[in-house]
Amino acid sequence: MAPSKPRSKSRNPLLIPGIGKFSRSKMYHKRGIWALKAKHGGTFPRHDPKPAAPEPASKKPPKFYPADDVKTPVPNRRKPKPAKLRASITPGTVLILLAGRFMGKRVVFLKQLPSGLLLITGPFTVNGVPLRRVNQAYVIATSTKVDISGVNVDKFDDKYFAKDKKKAYKKSESSFFETEKQEKKLPQQKKDDQKAVDTPLIKAIEAVEYLRGYLGTKFTLRSGTKPHELQF
Amino acid sequence: MPFKRYVEIGRVALVNYGKEYGRLVVIVDVIDQNRALVDAPDMIRGQINFKRLSLTDIKIDIPRVPKKKTLIEAMETADVKNKWEKSSWGRKLIVQKRRAALNDFDRYKVMVAKIKRGRAIREKLAKLKRENPA
Repeated sequence: MAPSKPRSKSRNPLLIPGIGKFSRSKMYHKRGIWALKAKHGGTFPRHDPKPAAPEPASKKPPKFYPADDVKTPVPNRRKPKPAKLRASITPGTVLILLAGRFMGKRVVFLKQLPSGLLLITGPFTVNGVPLRRVNQAYVIATSTKVDISGVNVDKFDDKYFAKDKKKAYKKSESSFFETEKQEKKLPQQKKDDQKAVDTPLIKAIEAVEYLRGYLGTKFTLRSGTKPHELQF
Repeated sequence: MPFKRYVEIGRVALVNYGKEYGRLVVIVDVIDQNRALVDAPDMIRGQINFKRLSLTDIKIDIPRVPKKKTLIEAMETADVKNKWEKSSWGRKLIVQKRRAALNDFDRYKVMVAKIKRGRAIREKLAKLKRENPA
């Protein structure tokens, strides 16, 4: 027999949360337990019990008994899901950044990373925004879309953007007084990645009139504009 | 300064408040001191307070409470739609609607166009000033 899929919808409609329409006996009949039993000669089919793990031969009494009985906390099985992407944000959408270093800039959305953050790029030569992660909540999605088919963003994930761990601070008298200024140079790999993503993107942008200037301009509010009445 | 636009049967009015805001309707009957019966081709005939109506210059020739078909024919012969869209009031409303529907990219393009236009005007003005020092 084909492996049976777990049934998605319950056969017992809820009248009120906690109260089903059908009684236990009715549900027994509905689920067909009687048919399964009949098929397997009067009993519900059961797996053979798993052989119990053999108890360790010598079990010494514990050295320490805690004074009070402390309840063990229930383990947390919660796995946070990545934030649901707004329907208005699709690959290639022009977004307006609302906070942070690049506040007001219009950027191109590439993809959503596993952490839920959005991967964006300026492109860098157009408005100075590099490949960057941004939270959906701090973004306005416009209805303008850029053709992103020529761009390959598969290699970017959250690990790419992880900060380098600082080297362990070695306590020595000389280094205590000389504050070491670590030069933070952008590795060539990142520059190449930026270029690889931006070149096909810029070609797509140049194809649309005014789009390059649009992406280079910041979003501003002026006297009289009502943000709640603006269509993006 | 007498009145020019009267409430009469056949007067076209604009609804300025309520669910039907912005719709052009025709007054087909007067109910009492405050209310009129209004009708439009794509609307169910209903009553509305005069305070919710702004009268327009357009009037059509209809009997009191005409059938919908008669109303539509009368509106076609009087060419209400075109008259309205050509009138300055109608044109202003159309522009307002267009402006409200602009998206962010459109607004940018409008801004660029305004700057270009202003620049062209100023250049021309400067040229004329140079040529005709007065």
